[in-house]
Amino acid sequence: MILVQGLTKSFGRQPVLRGLDLEVPTGSITVIIGRSGGGKSVFLKHLIGLLRPDAGRVLVDGAQITGLRGRALDDVRRRYGVVFQGGALFDSMSCADNVAFPLRERLRLPRPEITKRVEAALVAVGLEGMGAKNPAEVSGGMRKRVAIARALVTEPEIVFFDEPTTGLDPVLVNTIHHLILDLHRRYRFTAVMVSHEIPEIFEIADTVAMLHEGRIVEVGPPAAIQASQNRVVRQFIRGVPENSEGA
Amino acid sequence: MTERPLPLPLRPLDALGGWTLEVVESLGRFGTFLAEALVALVSPPFKLSAFLDRIHYIGYRSLLIILLTGSFTGMVLGLQVYLTLVRFGSEAYLGPAVALSLIRELGPVLSALMVTGRAGSALTAEIGIMRITEQIDALTVMALNPMRYLVAPSILAGLVTFPLMTALFNTVGIFGGYLVGVELLGLSQGTYFGEMQTFVDMKDIMTGFWKSLSFGVIVTWVCTYKGFHVGHGAEGVARATTDAVVLSSVLILVWDYFMGSILP
Repeated sequence: MILVQGLTKSFGRQPVLRGLDLEVPTGSITVIIGRSGGGKSVFLKHLIGLLRPDAGRVLVDGAQITGLRGRALDDVRRRYGVVFQGGALFDSMSCADNVAFPLRERLRLPRPEITKRVEAALVAVGLEGMGAKNPAEVSGGMRKRVAIARALVTEPEIVFFDEPTTGLDPVLVNTIHHLILDLHRRYRFTAVMVSHEIPEIFEIADTVAMLHEGRIVEVGPPAAIQASQNRVVRQFIRGVPENSEGA
Repeated sequence: MTERPLPLPLRPLDALGGWTLEVVESLGRFGTFLAEALVALVSPPFKLSAFLDRIHYIGYRSLLIILLTGSFTGMVLGLQVYLTLVRFGSEAYLGPAVALSLIRELGPVLSALMVTGRAGSALTAEIGIMRITEQIDALTVMALNPMRYLVAPSILAGLVTFPLMTALFNTVGIFGGYLVGVELLGLSQGTYFGEMQTFVDMKDIMTGFWKSLSFGVIVTWVCTYKGFHVGHGAEGVARATTDAVVLSSVLILVWDYFMGSILP
């Protein structure tokens, strides 16, 4: 379980997170929704230890990670898989090498084992036979799938998705969401996803949390969020600009 | 809670304090960055393939520009020094004059400036793009140290390639001087090379070697640091690349003076 308590972060004089609390149950898919520029990616970076909070803490299975550095933090990260917004694939390597990279460099597996696992990972994301291509030669949707394969190839316990469907057409958005759902059923990882794909995320999420002005203003199962009476949540779900409802 | 604005007379002092803190902080970051890179450099696992890739990136790709600038620098030196020496009837010293100028001063400095323009800028841009496309973050969250994969191999490659590039620059420069002095202006080949052997000793070669070695560290350190701490988007990468080339070039010249004044 991931427990976030009172997470606060400012950049200069600009507060981004203002005492954020959240609980992510083990084995669930928790989707963080909220407006662009609302601090969702900043929040995710705190969970993976790329940013340090000004106050508050993040606990992973009871162990506080916010004060960790170096090897202690790396030990926690070994349990993680991360899918970045743009894929963050190494453009000097082929798609297969990208997927093989954590197996070779982190797990130091023998070459035949790496080949076997890379092929299986590419098949799992529907990219069989595409491994030799460079990330620049494949479509945006394929890049996202390679990124998902790379994040999952080490069989992590917790997977973070930072807007994995940004910039894709509605068909690809659905394809990626169902791929994530299918992989989640197969590997049973805990997933934390940042997204603003409404209403698609309601089909895959176990829990949805609405982040607004640095705080989680509503959290619950998709049906409860969809029926929420909170004005901010209602406006966001319906795509209504601020000040146009209840004014 | 809003902060109370400072009284007008105190504002310049506030700005000066802020600027000083910023400078001290960035100097601290700059030093810590090198320390982290050196730790990654001496602690296993060593990334041999990344090191060889950086040798190719910094050294091999700069070969042509080094050959070109080295030969023309030697030719210009040969011509100008000959025209000066001939006034005093001392043209026999053309060989040592060209060789000493190149080995002690021009070779290390000009080759370092050329490699900075050719490979240093590309190094900053490459690492900068990796930063803004989250490739460096990807390495970090894989529990892999980016310093070990990107910075330490570059600094080690700088230590190896800069002295080699300098040696190459000096060699083609001396032959450039030979072309002008001996083949064009009629000085004897024996005089050109014979006097060079008399006047150039190991101490001069070592002076140039230590300079090029330190330039290797300075350029790769500055260029990787600037790439690592790039701003946002394409503009951030462009600014970091310019800053890296300018800062490296200035530091090469300042450090050259410092080394020149302490080395024999």
